[in-house]
Formats: sequence, structure tokens, C-alpha cells
Amino acid sequence: MSAIVKLGDVYKSFGSNQVLKGVSLEVAKGEMIAVIGASGSGKSTALRCIDRLETIDRGTIEVCGIRVDDPKVDLHQLRREVGIVFQSYNLFAHLTVEENIMLALRHVKKLGRDEARRVAMKVLDQVGLAQKADAYPEQLSGGQQQRVAIARSLAMSPKVMLFDEVTSALDPQLTGEVLRVMEDLAKDGMTMLLVTHEMAFAKRMADRIIYMHQGKVWEVGSGDMLDAPQTPELRTFLNNGL
Amino acid sequence: MTGGFTTAHLFYLVHSIWWTLVLSALAFVLGSIGGFGVMLARISPRRWLSRPAMVYIEAIQGIPLLILLFIVYFGLSVYGFQVPALVAAGLALMVYTSAYLGDIWRGCIDAMPKPQWEAAECLSLTRWQTLRLVIIPQALRLALPPTVGFLVQVIKMTSLASVIGFVELTRAGQIINNSIFQPFLVFGLVGVFYFVLCYPLSRWSQSMEKKLNVGNR
Repeated sequence: MSAIVKLGDVYKSFGSNQVLKGVSLEVAKGEMIAVIGASGSGKSTALRCIDRLETIDRGTIEVCGIRVDDPKVDLHQLRREVGIVFQSYNLFAHLTVEENIMLALRHVKKLGRDEARRVAMKVLDQVGLAQKADAYPEQLSGGQQQRVAIARSLAMSPKVMLFDEVTSALDPQLTGEVLRVMEDLAKDGMTMLLVTHEMAFAKRMADRIIYMHQGKVWEVGSGDMLDAPQTPELRTFLNNGL
Repeated sequence: MTGGFTTAHLFYLVHSIWWTLVLSALAFVLGSIGGFGVMLARISPRRWLSRPAMVYIEAIQGIPLLILLFIVYFGLSVYGFQVPALVAAGLALMVYTSAYLGDIWRGCIDAMPKPQWEAAECLSLTRWQTLRLVIIPQALRLALPPTVGFLVQVIKMTSLASVIGFVELTRAGQIINNSIFQPFLVFGLVGVFYFVLCYPLSRWSQSMEKKLNVGNR
């Protein structure tokens, strides 16, 4: 099994607040992993550490053979391998949908205008929004904006994609359309690591589910784990709603 | 002993508006270039750049423009640089303007949501690309009203250049008044001229602010 993402005993604190206390996990190529857990359990932080939006205090992180914990890591290289989608979409408000996607293609991948446009239309088609190419983000619904954000990441053809609670700001109907896009991605064999509160989706789609609790990987298992939790913490978490 | 206000006087005053505009443009253009540099230095993650920029901004903001004018005009002449009044005034105003615009623009850049930086960073854009392609274009909307507002200040502040003998609108008014001594009429007229220059800009700034709804964000 070839691991694309590998975390080894990762520790991370914000000031005196220890958020990650020895997190280890591996994501194999083509795998879809859902990370669940209460807020404050460190799941988003773990995700952000993988793309080095946060630096870790101790431990190792390896992504596609790149040592992310190395202080001299080539961030440029790392971020061409990793795509990340945020809860708040973070589209560039002054650019159209198409321009949002073309920006990095043109200035990072140095594609010509026509070639960049071709790629943009392809990924827009993939998320079902080709007809919105000329719209500005503010003209779109939250679900559409999030699908554009996914397309924008996808356009850079990353080897692994990270999703940080991408549906948490959406109502159920819009959540559905975003999840469908992610489902298609998973079927296409994209390696995906997602932090989510969508238990049904996690159960149905994820190859493995990781339950994080108090900064540690508490329980790992397949979708069935949600029906038969091994630890009292996961049982409490599942009973507490959602 | 004092004559009346003639059309020659009026023509002289109107003509001097040109020099007020030249000085304002000089201060504003050079100050903008300087201010852009100050802003870049101020937001730099490198402390050896951001610290001096901060000190510069605070120092200049704590010194009256008149004193800056004296330093440049009289200070330089002591060392044998006899600079023309226009150059001295332009230089002092440029320094003054660069500190204020640098600070205004720094504020606008800081006001951009941090996730915009992160999103660009994660797409592998460099810091400079992010600034140029993502942050500045959006911050521009925010920056325009206060920048135009400051331009109004600059136009009014050029009147201080009269003190070092540069003949712009205010100095021209003084010269006329010295010969005909009708201060109410002359300086009233000078005031009207300044108002005519500044008011449209103020209104423009206000309408932009309303349109961009900056206050409500």
C-alpha cells in the first residue's frame, strides 16, 4: 500500500492549548477518508498541517514524498500536489468564476490563455457549472460557490484533495449538490481527506472513518463503525446529535 | 494709497491656481509612489523592512508639514543645496504624503480577509502574485475613498508652501493683498477657489463610499 499522506506522531499547540497530541494516520492512493469529531478535537488543524497552513511542533508529515515538517520544504511543490477546499469557499470576489480558476493556471502553471480556459471549462463541466463561467462569486449560491472552489482546486490537478468542513455553511439542499460533486471525485479515484459533520455521507462513501477526540486519533474503522462504536467517546459523540 | 481689485489681479489669482495644482499633483504622484513603497515595507514579514517603515510613518505623522518644509528648504541650503521653492515644497509634501498614504493603504490591505491570502497561497501563488492579483485589486475599492479624501487634504496643505515664497494660490493672494489691502475680498476669493478645487473631490469620495458601502461592511 502506497501512502500518499502520512502523519507520524504529530504534536501541535497554539500557545498553551495543545491541539494535536500525537496524531498518526495514513492515506493510501485513491482512498477517501472522512475525519469526524467534536469541534476542538483537532481535526481541522490536522488537515491544515498537511498543507502546511500550520507548522507542527513535533512528529513527521509526508505528502507525496515531500517532508512537510522540514522547515525548508518547497511549499510551491507541496501545493501543486495538494488541493484544499475551505468551509468559507474563499473565492476571489473581483474575478469571474472562470478567472478564479484560470488565475493559478496562468500564473503558476504558466499556461496560455486558451489552454487555461480549456482546463477551466473542463473542471467547471465536472462540477456542473459550465454555464456560470462568466458569473461573479456574489451572484452564486453558497453551494455553487463551493463547487467552483472545488473546481478551482481540481484545475491544478492535485494528487490529493483536502476538504475542511466544506458543507458546514450550507443548508441541506445545497449540501447535497456539493456532496454529489465530491462523490463523483471519489469515484474517479481522487485521493481525498475530508473533515466533515455529514455522518451519512461519511458512512456511505468513505473507505475509512477516523474519529478524533481531544487531539488524538481515537477510533478508526469502516462505515460500520458508526453503527457499532467501540469507544464510549464515539458513542457519546454519535448520540449527541447529528 | 490702496487701489481697487482689478481684472489683472483676478487673472493673477486664477493663474496661480495652476501652481497649486502642479504642486498638488507633484506631491500626490510622488507621494503615491513613495507611499506604495512604504505600504509594501510596512506589511512585509521581514522585520528589518516593516520596523523602519513603521518608525517612518509614526515620525512623519508626528511632525507638522510646515517643519518638514523648513527642514527641506532651509536645511538643504545650509549644505549648499539651494533648491528652488517648488522642489523643496514638492519634496516635503511627497515625504508627508507617502507616510499618510502608506498608512492608509496598509490599513486597506490589512482589512482584506486572511482566508483570501490562504486560498491564493494554497494555489501555489507567490506572495507577490497574491498581493498583485488577489489582494490589491480588492483592496483598491476600499482604498479609493480615503485616498481621494487625502488628496483634498494635500491640495489644501499646498498653501503652506507660500511660507517659503512659492507663488501658488495663497501666496498670490498675499501679494495682491499687500498692494491693495482688501483682505476680506482677496482671501475670501482665495478660499472660494480652494473650495471649488476641493469640493468636487470630496463629493466624489463620498459618493464612492456610499456606492461601495464601505461603512456598512
